[in-house]
Amino acid sequence: MMTANIKVSIKHLYKIFGSDPKSVLEQAKSGVGKTELLDQHGHVLGLKDINVDMRDGEITVIMGLSGSGKSTLIRHFNRLIEPTDGQILIDGVDVMTFSEEKLRQMRQTDMSMVFQKFALLPHRTVLKNAGLALRVRGIKEAEADAEATKWLDRVGLSGFEEHYPHQLSGGMQQRVGIARALTSNSAIMLMDEAFSALDPLIRTDMQDLLLELQQDLKKTIIFISHDLDEALKLADHLVILKDGEVIQQGEPQDILLNPSDPYIEDFVSDINRARVLRVRSVMKPITDTPPSTSGEVDFDATLEDVISHSDGDTSRVYLVKQDGKTIGTICMKDLVRALVPRAASDEGIRSQVNAA
Amino acid sequence: MAFYDSLFDSLGLSEWCGTDTKGGPMTMAELLAKSKGIDQAETSLWDLPFPSLDNLHASCNAIPRTRDMTSGVEQFFLDIKSSLQFVLDPLTQPLSWALDGSLWLFVTTPWWLLIGLTLLAVQLVTRSSPITLLVGTMWFFLLFIDHYTFAVQTMAIIFVCTGLSVLLGVPIGIAMSKSNRLQRGMIPVLDMLQTLPSFVYLIPLIFLFSITESKLYGIAIILYAIVPVIRLTDLGIRLVDQDIIEAANAFGMTARQKLFGVEIPLALPNIMAGVNQTIMMSLAMVVIASLVSAPGLGVLVLRGINNLELGVGLVSGLCIVILAILLDRVSKATLARVNVAQHNS
Repeated sequence: MMTANIKVSIKHLYKIFGSDPKSVLEQAKSGVGKTELLDQHGHVLGLKDINVDMRDGEITVIMGLSGSGKSTLIRHFNRLIEPTDGQILIDGVDVMTFSEEKLRQMRQTDMSMVFQKFALLPHRTVLKNAGLALRVRGIKEAEADAEATKWLDRVGLSGFEEHYPHQLSGGMQQRVGIARALTSNSAIMLMDEAFSALDPLIRTDMQDLLLELQQDLKKTIIFISHDLDEALKLADHLVILKDGEVIQQGEPQDILLNPSDPYIEDFVSDINRARVLRVRSVMKPITDTPPSTSGEVDFDATLEDVISHSDGDTSRVYLVKQDGKTIGTICMKDLVRALVPRAASDEGIRSQVNAA
Repeated sequence: MAFYDSLFDSLGLSEWCGTDTKGGPMTMAELLAKSKGIDQAETSLWDLPFPSLDNLHASCNAIPRTRDMTSGVEQFFLDIKSSLQFVLDPLTQPLSWALDGSLWLFVTTPWWLLIGLTLLAVQLVTRSSPITLLVGTMWFFLLFIDHYTFAVQTMAIIFVCTGLSVLLGVPIGIAMSKSNRLQRGMIPVLDMLQTLPSFVYLIPLIFLFSITESKLYGIAIILYAIVPVIRLTDLGIRLVDQDIIEAANAFGMTARQKLFGVEIPLALPNIMAGVNQTIMMSLAMVVIASLVSAPGLGVLVLRGINNLELGVGLVSGLCIVILAILLDRVSKATLARVNVAQHNS
């Protein structure tokens, strides 16, 4: 992957809910389990030893089912929830050392947030909602409006500036939410299940919008989702959370091909792998003179593309090209094998788990 | 010889109780016993009297009677009266000025000017022509039956008292919504203010202030009417959608920006509902306050009761109903406009 700087980093983060979280921190650190902590000490272990690095300009998706602690985790980045223990580094500076005033400044300028339930101000127009972050900073009304208009236009809402949020559909309201976050011009964007409340079709639209914006803007986006399809579509870096622990993180393709845990295997078994997996993840690096090939495919094409290209003929072999250069070969047999969750990757998992 | 004599004797307290000297006013029971000539010599268990203050006093003089207690309360109040007056008098003096000024202004303004201004204000606030028409019709009816001056006096008092209630009640409500401890402390006080019979308010106030001062009824009305606006401000701010508060925090709003930019606007429908209640309650109290020289329609009601002038009482009662309808419709229409403006899907 690209070598990018680490923008946000979480180190040994613990969050314990209860009357006196500090008192049971040591037990949690020494590995006392979630159920035991609840039964014997009456405290809930929310997050346990989270270590995640998020690189500049990438989308990091934190995925987990409800109760996995993902929404708790995202609120730690801007300290809407205080951790019990651990470090949150942004550009190498520990957020935990910030005073209230400094923290507020960071929330105003360095981070913006998009919410599942939109959380727009119902009594202000779309334009004023979008310009919220700038007005909070004390920037003049006219200037804030101009910037807000620009971003509303960018998310496809020009003409709706004077509407009130309740006059818009859910999808449009979330566009306002995104415009509000973009108007703040912060480098980091936190998105808390931003598309979960939307219809499937609208959700796909919004995902496309986000990816398109991201191509230009290169923000550091931390995205929370409970939907694996969404996670795989958006993620440069995927973190899977279960019961407050990170059980696997890495490149999404890699997780899909080599799930390290039966839980994740369960998860990924429902995925349309042909649409998600890409040629680069399945191809073999070029070794010697390529055997007779039936054509060329792009390294970033999905397997679905290749299958339709091959007319279902499994005997074919394709050359894989990246920027016009041949970087490997993909043979249809490997491709088809990769579509079956377990059989193809069985060996892979075992060896990886044993090695770890 | 009283029932509990033997008890005090057996406890060896007869000395502490003192001699059987009867002093002070007689209790009701003593009076009855005397008039009927009943001798309390023989009492069976069936007639066991409850060891109340009066019954114990019958056996032991050192124990005070119930009426000593009430006169004690009275004495206590009289003792602190001068210092209380010293603090409260200057503090509440502006209220007298405001009431007198408002009464003077409302009464001296010619009727056509006052009604014109009222209708203009109603139209601006409610943006509803039917309501403006209703207000106009009712004013003219009041004028026609020569109750206009009384009604205007009542309105002047309500105007000042409601204004002050909102001015004081909203900040108190906001403070309550921010502090659970303050809320826990305030709720019993508010409950008491709301359940205390309205006449009872007047008693300590009559002691404290001269009955000729308008602040006397002003304070009574405000104490009675301020409760709903405090309660509903507190409730409204606590009910503001937590997601929106979270968003406000996430964008780094200061407490001030949050309060004026988010919490108060979103709580406004509830606050307005509280203001509506406050207006209605001050109207209820202003009638009772005529007992302590508050001018207005209440005076006519009082005349109706005192002199048994049935017609005067009933007609002025009807006029109060008309005022109530006006105030209620106008404030509800305003509330509805606030609600529409921020209808949250």
